[in-house]
Amino acid sequence: MGRESLIDEIRTKLGDAVEGVSDSFGDPVLTVRPSSLRSLMTALRDAPFDYAVLLDLTCVDFAAGEGRFELVYHLYSLSRNVRLRLKASLSASDPVAETLTGLWKNADWLEREVFDMFGVRFTGHPDLRRLLTYEGFEGHPLRKSYPWRLAQPRIPMKDKV
Amino acid sequence: MSGLDFLTTRLETALGWGRKYSLFHYPFITACCGMEYMSAACAHFDIDRFGAGLTRFSPRQADLLLVVGTVTHKLAPVLKTVYDQMLEPKWVIAFGACAVSGGIYQNYAVVQGIDRVIPVDVYIPGCPPRPETVLDGLMKLQDKIQHQKQDWRWAGKA
Ligand code: SF4
Repeated sequence: MGRESLIDEIRTKLGDAVEGVSDSFGDPVLTVRPSSLRSLMTALRDAPFDYAVLLDLTCVDFAAGEGRFELVYHLYSLSRNVRLRLKASLSASDPVAETLTGLWKNADWLEREVFDMFGVRFTGHPDLRRLLTYEGFEGHPLRKSYPWRLAQPRIPMKDKV
Repeated sequence: MSGLDFLTTRLETALGWGRKYSLFHYPFITACCGMEYMSAACAHFDIDRFGAGLTRFSPRQADLLLVVGTVTHKLAPVLKTVYDQMLEPKWVIAFGACAVSGGIYQNYAVVQGIDRVIPVDVYIPGCPPRPETVLDGLMKLQDKIQHQKQDWRWAGKA
């Protein structure tokens, strides 16, 4: 399946979920509606698209605006050796998306990391705890609204002389 | 100088000599500086020449704590526990910019120098420090051990 036909295929099959198509260094980038993320991903994972690997999930905080948080998914197809990037904007007040843990096992920790760092909630996640910071940590450190350099020590720290 | 003072001074010197050449170190290695620790510890630079070749992987058997690499707030309680588990007399070397001051990381996660958590005897700067710098730091520590007031925990306990 060539590049153009791939995008045509995605558009015809899942057209209403896709808001825009662009290009990044030769790989297609789809902007999608967050509400249809899960059904779209299910279709993309299976034949004929066959994106068997969830390479990465991360998030971008644009600091302001209604679509302040943007989830970024990277998919990879082993059989066709192509990559695909998907972006979904989430609301600033209540960033929430559906979990993909049922589709890819590694989505579990990726989503926990995004939850920890950005405070995006994933509905249906089996165990949405912090991944990198510790228990008792308040706030989400990669949010632009997190105070600059604010540390939350677990034990008393001596002051620098 | 009385005879007793003379003997005490001699004993201090002998103790210092013995202690500085038998440093058993515990490598508390967390990050990239560990690579330089390895080259300092292995055959090319060979810290065994300075009597610090015996690496112990239990803090209870070590008297030199080498903190090599970035210490985060998540890890700080662990570092404190390891330090507390070591027997007296004990010394600490902060190895690399991260252990000295937090290095290039001034953010929510990284402790801005391990001396905020435990006392430090020698600071070795560098990101990472070259093995020569490490050996220099080790010799500075040996000098410090030789000239410090020796800890006689057994005296007076009887
Ligand atoms: S001082 Fe530099 S080399 Fe050493 S742990 Fe920190 S960043 Fe890595």
